[in-house]
Amino acid sequence: MTAVPQPTVAAPPRRVGGAGRVLTYFLLIVAALFFLIPIYLVFATALKTPESIELATAWYWPAQLNWASFSEAWDKVGGNMLNSLFLAVVATLLSALLGSLNGYALSKWRFRGANTLFALMLFGMFIPYQAVLIPLFQFIKALGLYGSIWGLILAHVVYGIPITTLIFRNFYADVPDALVEAATIDGAGFWEIYARVIFPISIPGFVVVIIWQFTQVWNEFLFAATLTNTGSQPVTYALSQLAGGQAVSWNLPMAGAILAALPTLLVYIVLGRYFVRGLLAGSVKG
Amino acid sequence: MKRLSKDRLWAIAVLTPSILLIGIFVYYFIGRTIYVSLTDWGNDPAQALALNPIIRWVGLQNYSELFGGFLQGRFRQELVNTLFFTLFFILGCLGVGLGLALVLDRNPKGEGLWRTIFLFPMSLSFIVTGTIWRWMLQPQGGVNQAPTLLGGQPSTFAWLSSNDSALKFDWNALPLITASVVGVVLIVVAVRAAREVNRARMLVAAVCAALLIGWAVLIGPRVKMLPTPELHGFNFAIIGIIIAAVWQMSGYTMALYLAGLRGIPEELREAAKVDGSNDSQMYRHVIFPLLSPITLSAMIILGHISLKIFDLVYAMAGPDNVAASVPALNMYLTSFRQNQFALGAAIGTILLILVAFVIVPYLANQFRGEEGHA
Repeated sequence: MTAVPQPTVAAPPRRVGGAGRVLTYFLLIVAALFFLIPIYLVFATALKTPESIELATAWYWPAQLNWASFSEAWDKVGGNMLNSLFLAVVATLLSALLGSLNGYALSKWRFRGANTLFALMLFGMFIPYQAVLIPLFQFIKALGLYGSIWGLILAHVVYGIPITTLIFRNFYADVPDALVEAATIDGAGFWEIYARVIFPISIPGFVVVIIWQFTQVWNEFLFAATLTNTGSQPVTYALSQLAGGQAVSWNLPMAGAILAALPTLLVYIVLGRYFVRGLLAGSVKG
Repeated sequence: MKRLSKDRLWAIAVLTPSILLIGIFVYYFIGRTIYVSLTDWGNDPAQALALNPIIRWVGLQNYSELFGGFLQGRFRQELVNTLFFTLFFILGCLGVGLGLALVLDRNPKGEGLWRTIFLFPMSLSFIVTGTIWRWMLQPQGGVNQAPTLLGGQPSTFAWLSSNDSALKFDWNALPLITASVVGVVLIVVAVRAAREVNRARMLVAAVCAALLIGWAVLIGPRVKMLPTPELHGFNFAIIGIIIAAVWQMSGYTMALYLAGLRGIPEELREAAKVDGSNDSQMYRHVIFPLLSPITLSAMIILGHISLKIFDLVYAMAGPDNVAASVPALNMYLTSFRQNQFALGAAIGTILLILVAFVIVPYLANQFRGEEGHA
């Protein structure tokens, strides 16, 4: 079992001096350039007019900023962004709720075979979705949900169950059993304990799960490409269409990429600590 | 304690919908996919979208088509692409991630900001990343123009459209290569078991190794999957996709390693210092061994991501760039563009088997220790 400690542990006061210090900052700057240069190029391209985009001058900052790229890109992907927003919010809330109840049941009311059951559930999070795609497509179609956003929501809720259950199960594992036992002695049952003891302390768990699921659903592409049609396509699909077209000049896909990236990027920058927790939860059990 | 109280029944009742959903959407659907992969659904275009298609059982014919059929060379190259992609992607992420974590572990000023910079690509979708890097890797585009900023000549490397490749081998030699590699691994296992005086494991590993290598020497060279030699290798067209994937995912390994480094008690480092070891000795003998479980987890998680990778390739190389394609993309195109459902299902099943090799031992290992006190 790999037990990776939480990254919130305070850094010990250990500083390196002299030449090592210069090397440290040199390496940091080189690495930061690797990560940030694509962002510079995206903005430099998005803010150019189509006529001034030439491969030879890709690196130059535009002489005249062309903000119209963004409104043009919005015309092409704005509706899809609203689809994505609805999809991500509904799917995230539903799977967070399911995950919270599952995690509570699995960690506080353990029964024989609970771990095997949980492991079988977790397998669903790692499978390549190509291995279920054809039956999923037929199923959604048979339900009459093909091309509707609700078919996509159903898929995301179901395939989100493993990770949300995992995060909540680990989160509740840290809640002392004594709390539950005390409530049992007071005569509280399954639902009362959930409502009065567990749910009120679940806010950090919900934050982690909601951020993680929102990001996953917003960024997902395979289901989006398979289960939707023109009216319900989320933004990832619209962006791939926008960038794939040969005739479009490059400022549009770049502006579209910025628009499509903005919601999850903002969430990450504002709530990065919780984002990292969700990230680590996917690979280790706490 | 284990009595079946009302509350415990509630717990099971709460879990039931999820269990049913996972049962249907994961296990039943996998079963369906495997079944479809053993039929001929869609091989005749007229039947593919018929209301009541005539579907016949063909056994493993789709699989033998994929591995040895004249028309499916694309799939075989994709399998090889996935292999090289996985290898270099994991190495890249582990290297960059460990390097960043070690530098950040020296507590530079503004650590939070650096970390945010290194990790932000993780919050983007592969489609966004792919769109950005596709632009940067255009034949005369950003990356190839970069040398001119320093006064050099522009590079002419065809990042996504290159037809060059290295490490080519004949597909017919694949069983031979596989048997030899697995045989060598088993020999290593046997030697290690012998050292640990684990006789049972040593014998099993040694016998399996002998059988495999014997097969490889005696029968392997005569196995022919294709009538003529077919060369596959490491296509240079996927280098750019590997770089983009490392750009996106190395922050993840950094976060894992950093968490691990922060979890190593300061006393251990102090003790190593007191024992007279210098920095590099301390890392080699104290820190890195403690990080090896993290390396293993990271390899498994990254490995299964890279076997499944689809959107990044779609966004960067496009659906019809055969040189840079992967099986996950082929599955989507075969099933939903050409409506060859049975063949697509076979590719999906192969992907599942590859991922299961990585994931099932991992999950089993994670839960074996706990089942005792459930």
